[in-house]
Amino acid sequence: MQPTDISDPQYFHKVVDCQYACPAHTPVPEYIRLIAQERYTEAYMLNWDSNVFPGILGRTCDRPCEPACRRVRTEEKPVAICRLKRVAADNKGDISAFMPRVPTQKNGRRIALIGAGPASLAVARDLLPLGYEVHLFEKDSKGGGFMRSQIPAFRLPVEVLDEEVEQILNMGVECHFGQEITSMKSMLDMNFDAYFIGTGAPRGRDLELPGREAVDDHIHIGIDWLSSVAFGHTTSIEGKVIVMGGGNTAMDCCRTSLRMGAESVKVVVRSAFEVMKASEWEKEDAMREGIPIINNRPPKEFVHENGKLKGVLFECVEPVKGEDGRLKYVPSGEPDEFIEADHILMAIGQDNHCPWIERDLGMEFDKWDCPVLDEVTLQSTHPKVFFGGDSAFGPENIIWASAHAHQAAISIHLLCEGKDLKKDRPPQGVNLLSTKMGVHEWAYDAEHDASARYAVPLVEKQSALSNYKVEVELGFDQALGAAEAQRCLNCDVQTVFTDQLCIECDACVDICPMDCITFIEKAPEQELRQRLTAPALNMEQDLYLSDELPTGRVMVKDEDVCLHCGLCAERCPTNAWDMQRSVVHIPQLGSYAE
Amino acid sequence: MTFVAKPKAHHPKLPLNEIGLTRRDYEGSVSTLCAGCGHDSVSAAIVQACAELSLPPHRFAKVSGIGCSSKTPSYFLNKSHGLNSVHGRMPSVMTGSNLANRELYCVGVSGDGDSASIGLGQFAHIVRRRINMLYIVDNNGTYGLTKGQFSATNDKGSTSKKGVPNLYEPIDLVSMALQLGATFVARSFSGDKHQLVPLIKAGLRHKGMAFIDVISPCVAFNNHAGSTKSYDHVRAHMQNVVNADYIPEHDEITADYKPGSREDIDMPGGSTLRLYKLDDQYDPHDRVGALNYVQRSAETGDVVTGLLYVDPKAADCHDVMDTIRKPLNELDEADLCPGQNPLDSINAGFR
Repeated sequence: MQPTDISDPQYFHKVVDCQYACPAHTPVPEYIRLIAQERYTEAYMLNWDSNVFPGILGRTCDRPCEPACRRVRTEEKPVAICRLKRVAADNKGDISAFMPRVPTQKNGRRIALIGAGPASLAVARDLLPLGYEVHLFEKDSKGGGFMRSQIPAFRLPVEVLDEEVEQILNMGVECHFGQEITSMKSMLDMNFDAYFIGTGAPRGRDLELPGREAVDDHIHIGIDWLSSVAFGHTTSIEGKVIVMGGGNTAMDCCRTSLRMGAESVKVVVRSAFEVMKASEWEKEDAMREGIPIINNRPPKEFVHENGKLKGVLFECVEPVKGEDGRLKYVPSGEPDEFIEADHILMAIGQDNHCPWIERDLGMEFDKWDCPVLDEVTLQSTHPKVFFGGDSAFGPENIIWASAHAHQAAISIHLLCEGKDLKKDRPPQGVNLLSTKMGVHEWAYDAEHDASARYAVPLVEKQSALSNYKVEVELGFDQALGAAEAQRCLNCDVQTVFTDQLCIECDACVDICPMDCITFIEKAPEQELRQRLTAPALNMEQDLYLSDELPTGRVMVKDEDVCLHCGLCAERCPTNAWDMQRSVVHIPQLGSYAE
Repeated sequence: MTFVAKPKAHHPKLPLNEIGLTRRDYEGSVSTLCAGCGHDSVSAAIVQACAELSLPPHRFAKVSGIGCSSKTPSYFLNKSHGLNSVHGRMPSVMTGSNLANRELYCVGVSGDGDSASIGLGQFAHIVRRRINMLYIVDNNGTYGLTKGQFSATNDKGSTSKKGVPNLYEPIDLVSMALQLGATFVARSFSGDKHQLVPLIKAGLRHKGMAFIDVISPCVAFNNHAGSTKSYDHVRAHMQNVVNADYIPEHDEITADYKPGSREDIDMPGGSTLRLYKLDDQYDPHDRVGALNYVQRSAETGDVVTGLLYVDPKAADCHDVMDTIRKPLNELDEADLCPGQNPLDSINAGFR
């Protein structure tokens, strides 16, 4: 095994599990420290810089960071990263002074953004400070895309959404709202310098089963129904409701139905509870509101009497683990189950759908109707057209839209500059800065806080269910936010080892509470992993290996469960260990970091 | 000195020993010695050895004198009995503890000042009385607590941090222990836990006086180029003659020492002490031979380490004095007041 190259930006980036897991690579530990210091505005701006919608994401993010959090490995429950982001958004001050300056003298390049969802808005945010003239086309009367049409107000208040959408629009976007684009060809004829398509995955799937045609009036496509609620076209739903599907849209549909006056709401899912696509916390939220989730019930037939829906007949199956480890469903032997219903909300997935893009313009599409794209540049097979968000690779979530947007914006800029989209892409980098302040003082709170994850306070159930617009989560207040912030392990403050300084006194090995450090004879990685003080069995986590030391041994540190408590550096007599804050530079246009 | 407390959190897969404790349960408070002090490694080795032997911490008596070394019992076995006694007087207190309760595991930690200067007389006498204990000297050749004067074990010619040479002959505690009748004599190095931990295990299980001289560098005052007790010097001059491996009953561990001649010694309770002789000429059961070997090596500047002498069948103080088998605190009224008849016969013996 070769010594670790810590100048490779990827090495320490990977140690910051949350930031590494985040598609937009938001510097999580850094903003959590700012929250702990009550510097909410700075914490907000750090988020805004990287993920563009901190207030929205602090309520709705799919949180890929949380399952990655190191605390899951050291004690089960991750830091409530998402809810801390909301603390920053809720408590921020006036941010106008921190907003990027948009030049009044434009650079002469015109960019068209189609669809006013998170991806397009983020591209606009990145390009405007560089002097681009940005035109935004949207069929609805307001910006926000599916953040407005599909996320119910009890999860995301309209004021929060409006604030963050308008922050971007006010930077000088030329808005063309209420204009549905029906032809890509006519767009190309307008001769913009580049086009960004962020129109989402707008087509909700339907289910062709016996009886489907007859009961059309009682069946609603989930995302369309949510959108009609969001825009005030639908204000009630009566009788018994079945929501079919097990994803987050299904959870939003059932909770919205409850608030729209449904007599009863049931979620019926084809598959087992554990494999449902909905996030853990969204399932919990629905169940807390008393909504039953019925699993292992594939639908067979819509039962009706002369076109009036009576209910749905479901087959009963049970999951069996196949040889490949995946679940297979076999009939359980129980008789088919009939569930009464007056309305059905169909939330079984959504697809990309671009009928307005003529297929003879040089843009290729795959068999799922997704555009053929370069995964790095997000460029389509038409050099001037880029995709991002759900319209690029199918349904994801907001944080992916921000991530795509940063990459697409770089590509658009390179294209306009006449540079190569791949070779001339700005590289990632890493800065390491010692946090040593004095003999035993560090510029971060090194002490390990053993507290369990704090629960987010909720509004009282009765009032939550009475009004669609009452936000269910109250969010952490400043005190709870400060307490939760202390749980962060500061994984971006790295244990950096300098082999020339080490005298091999073992002080770090003895003090390390997690048995991360071993001095050992060199060996291949697989062998090393078994022979460490604590065997390093988590293959996803790297080993940090030093050069050969005077005794011929090497220092091996398993990054897996390191608490970043700094005790190795504290007990090191020669400063061979130092706690250094790593700042990973993720290239992004108009970023603070640039 | 560390201000950040060691977190209670531990590795999620930290194993439990036979009595359901983890290694962390054998630790003490966080050390206030200088960062990098060899003594902390010795404490860590004691923690590891006791945890691996699954010994109950509350059955230990840990006693020390005065000095950096003698602070260390605070840093291991938090849940045991302990006394930080008077300078050089650890042997007296340990003798008393052992005589009162022969069932305790007695661990005495001392330093080169504590044992080779002010406590030299006490050291000599506890060794010749063969108290059943593990006597560890954290030997750094300097008085660290008083800013680095030469101690009595500092080699002649070895220099201070400022370059002034030591003019006096050193006291070699290993040679003294051999001469005075210790039945388990070892020397080791704080920077080599691979060697030290098995020695501590074997010493804890040895019946009688087990003495380990651990060279334990003082990073603050005696870890420079002119020192013979620095990490670098000891590593360069260490000459390992006999490695010990303590194998508990029903446990066959495969040690990864290079093969040499091997000897298994049965220990109480079905366990085994396995010796690996790295020098075939060396006989760890020959007291005079060991003494000669150690002295000769000292002349050439080599630091002989390993289990230098062991007499596994030796008698301890209780055997010699034929004391009662029970600890004194378990004696009941009938044992302590045997009645008029035994008293009469004792009195008759003096007539």
